Amino acid sequence: MSNEATLHSQQEVMHGAHDHHDHEHHHEDSFISKYVFSMDHKMIAKQFLITGIVWAIIGAFFSVLFRLQLGFPDATFPWLESILGHWAKGGRITAEAYYALVTMHGTILVFFVLTAGLSGTFSNLLIPLQVGARDMASPFMNCLSYWFFFLASLVMMASLFVQTGPASGGWTMYPPLSALGDASIGSKIGVDLWLTSMALFVVSQLLGGLNYISTILNMRTKGMAMTKMPLTIWSFFFTAILGVLSFPVLLSGFILLLMDRHAGTSFYLSDIFIAGKALANEGGSAILYQHLFWFLGHPEVYIIILPAMGMVSEVLAVSSRKPIFGYLAMIGSLFAICILAFLVWAHHMFVTGLNPFLGAFFVLLTLLIAVPSAIKVFNWITTIWKGNINFTPASLFSIGFVSTFISGGLTGIWLGNSSIDIHLHDTMFVIAHFHIVMGVSAFFGMFAGIYHWFPKLYGRFMNSTIGYIHFWVTMVGAYLIFWPMHYEGMAGMPRRYYDVSNWASFKQFGGLNEFITIVVILVFAVQLLFVFNFFYSIFKGRKMTTKNPWHATSLEWTTPIHAGHGNWPGEIPEVYRWAYDYSKDGRDFIPQTEPIGPNEEVH
Amino acid sequence: MSGFLAVLVVVLIFIVIFQIAKASEYVSVLKGEKKAREQSNRINGFLLIAFLVLGLIGVYYCNDLLKGKILGESASVQGEGVDTLIYVTLAITGIVFVITQILLFWFAFKYQEKEGRKAFYFPHNNKLEVIWTVIPAIALTVLVAFGLKHWFQLTSDAPKDAQVVEVTGKQFNWIFRYPGKDGQLGRRDFKDIDPGAGNELGMDWNDPLNKDDFMPTEVHLVVGKPVKFIIGSRDVIHDVGLPHFRMKMDAVPGIPTTLWFTPKYTTKQMKEKTGNADFTYEISCDQMCGSGHYSMRGVIVVETQEEFDAWAAKQKSTYSLTHADTAAPAGAPKADSTQKVVAAVTK
Repeated sequence: MSNEATLHSQQEVMHGAHDHHDHEHHHEDSFISKYVFSMDHKMIAKQFLITGIVWAIIGAFFSVLFRLQLGFPDATFPWLESILGHWAKGGRITAEAYYALVTMHGTILVFFVLTAGLSGTFSNLLIPLQVGARDMASPFMNCLSYWFFFLASLVMMASLFVQTGPASGGWTMYPPLSALGDASIGSKIGVDLWLTSMALFVVSQLLGGLNYISTILNMRTKGMAMTKMPLTIWSFFFTAILGVLSFPVLLSGFILLLMDRHAGTSFYLSDIFIAGKALANEGGSAILYQHLFWFLGHPEVYIIILPAMGMVSEVLAVSSRKPIFGYLAMIGSLFAICILAFLVWAHHMFVTGLNPFLGAFFVLLTLLIAVPSAIKVFNWITTIWKGNINFTPASLFSIGFVSTFISGGLTGIWLGNSSIDIHLHDTMFVIAHFHIVMGVSAFFGMFAGIYHWFPKLYGRFMNSTIGYIHFWVTMVGAYLIFWPMHYEGMAGMPRRYYDVSNWASFKQFGGLNEFITIVVILVFAVQLLFVFNFFYSIFKGRKMTTKNPWHATSLEWTTPIHAGHGNWPGEIPEVYRWAYDYSKDGRDFIPQTEPIGPNEEVH
Repeated sequence: MSGFLAVLVVVLIFIVIFQIAKASEYVSVLKGEKKAREQSNRINGFLLIAFLVLGLIGVYYCNDLLKGKILGESASVQGEGVDTLIYVTLAITGIVFVITQILLFWFAFKYQEKEGRKAFYFPHNNKLEVIWTVIPAIALTVLVAFGLKHWFQLTSDAPKDAQVVEVTGKQFNWIFRYPGKDGQLGRRDFKDIDPGAGNELGMDWNDPLNKDDFMPTEVHLVVGKPVKFIIGSRDVIHDVGLPHFRMKMDAVPGIPTTLWFTPKYTTKQMKEKTGNADFTYEISCDQMCGSGHYSMRGVIVVETQEEFDAWAAKQKSTYSLTHADTAAPAGAPKADSTQKVVAAVTK
């Protein structure tokens, strides 16, 4: 289990990085190898994070644009025409553009921001640092993982600029809509680029995921038993397993779709009359795609939320100066969620004509997930109980995470019950549900992580006053946006509607939609404030003066402030205890590297 | 110009916030880190408890404001079960919501960092953990059992005497077909679809069952009589959404699906009940189907048996409309009626 041998080749590199004035290893110091094709997991984490932030701004800006249409369907905004051209003729977004924006918003946020940007960033940053390794099992694969993501980003970005526009059939890309160029303008070259980009993205995820798993299993420092790892590592571990097992299935679904589009196959197509003629395809099943898609699609929401859960557990323990409550139960519930995540995909398909008997199992298994989720919530609440909580922006975002996870999780119990789902399926209720539970919550987890580990990333602090403003406006805004949306769904208002003013059943929400749009704009502006704070603090933030600013127990805070490649200048520290000895035996915290005292009770 | 001003104002606000934030960092250095930390903890602790209180009031206020805008009572017999289930789920999740949110924010407020306070080393407690594993498990078992009971009722086979209506989705409207007097829908094949000849569904004119099938522009249903929708699609996936009846089913090309329900109130009764003279039962498309997705609106009229019979008697079979030339060679009425059907079907 010792990684000294494995990393023998990197010893040299490490020494070079240790001494900045030492130029004998200047191949390591070249700009390209240090900032571009870097193999240092910390730099790769930064690359993932900054790419993720760029995508987040684009994706969130798209939501502002389509919310403008939804909130003010009759108004015109001439500036829209200047940025979108014929997609917003006369200052009003066209239906085609609206659907393209909705689709790209979903794709970007789910995959590029909350998968790559969140787990890519923090798995890379924290796994080697917290398990005590010099780097990932394969730094080269890790580097490739980022660059495949970068390529995927380029292709997706390019698709925004093609003549017929990007894919516009919804982020789930259901065929036949996505398979037939005649069905939608976005299903022409846009879908091909989308599929290409996603294929590259899957490669990136697999390279990353395999690396995370092998690093966690093989490269833990001496004494770091699996049960001594911080919960962050456990959550990244399960996240990586979910990704490695489910992304290939998604890819297979995409390949079949690509063949239906270009090779004349009929995997998903049957009985179609479009653009004035009947297609030759017969015998395919459009539902097959949905099975393949959701076999990833459902684990995907846990790929998004598990890292957030892990980081929140860590931040809550550190800031309330208490051990995380029920460490083993936390791991057990992560494990249970990971297993169940693979067995619930068809709850997205209750109204596809699925066999009701089969549906019953998916109801049972879906609602079963609420049990480990409830355990986690109660454990977080108990963690802060009788603590001594310091409200850093990170801990506020963690508390916000628990709040939104409760709110969004509970509506999952509504939707998981197929009878209720019949009524609420594909309505704004679903939008409210998943935005709160995997949009807002995951972002809160990510923000908590960024504020908490920013000193580790850049050796400086982010401005906390802006952090507090960022938290409070986002927290209040998120609830104002999504809470009333449940009511729209209860009235049956379908999601992805460009304009509801012609509907007798839904038009009563015009005023509410305006209100939501205004809050969206406000919340978006505050996110830009965060982005500014982030980039400003990289260069001008308050400098870190001690190694361990939060008085945390875990290993990442034992490295130097500006750790070079290899993380620790000397030996990798040995670990003797779990990561949660806070306020034990009258001591504020006991680092993992401190041996167990002779009379000390072991957790 | 106004756009430029708006951007300028936003940028100015940003600069002001940023300057305040910078200044507060310097102030905290001057005051000492400890004092600044105490102050920020006090403020945020207060904000947390204020958020809880105002949030719960907000939840109540929001409900008060919007409860009148969601659908009233279910308009179908089957939907009543869905509504009951929603209320039971609302009660259970509502209680959990209130309790957990209060605990979360109250603990955060109460146990904020204070001089001299020591956190309590409390790593685990098996009894507590068993309690909060078992209680949710029991609550969920109840919900699953209750939910599945309704699920099997909702998805059961339609009664034999149910009225049959075929609903076919296409970009971007619905095509309805009634079986006519014989009570049976005729054969059709998507390869025979010929909108130019008024054959939107590819009905096989050699099948005698097709001769009396008619295709109205609105669905008419009889109050109190079960109706079965046979649902399909001609191009991409659509979804028949019936919010008032609490029903929904995808329309998938190549794979027919069904749903059935019993309407409880006529459209007229609903107008009175809701006090809304414009009340209409609507069919929404709930599955993203392309650029006209939002406009795929269908109308259902629920009426008494007499009204329905009178309406049905007036409907002309699609066959007679499309084969007007063979039935009656006169030119003018033929062109007129064909156009009407095509117009009605393609909207």
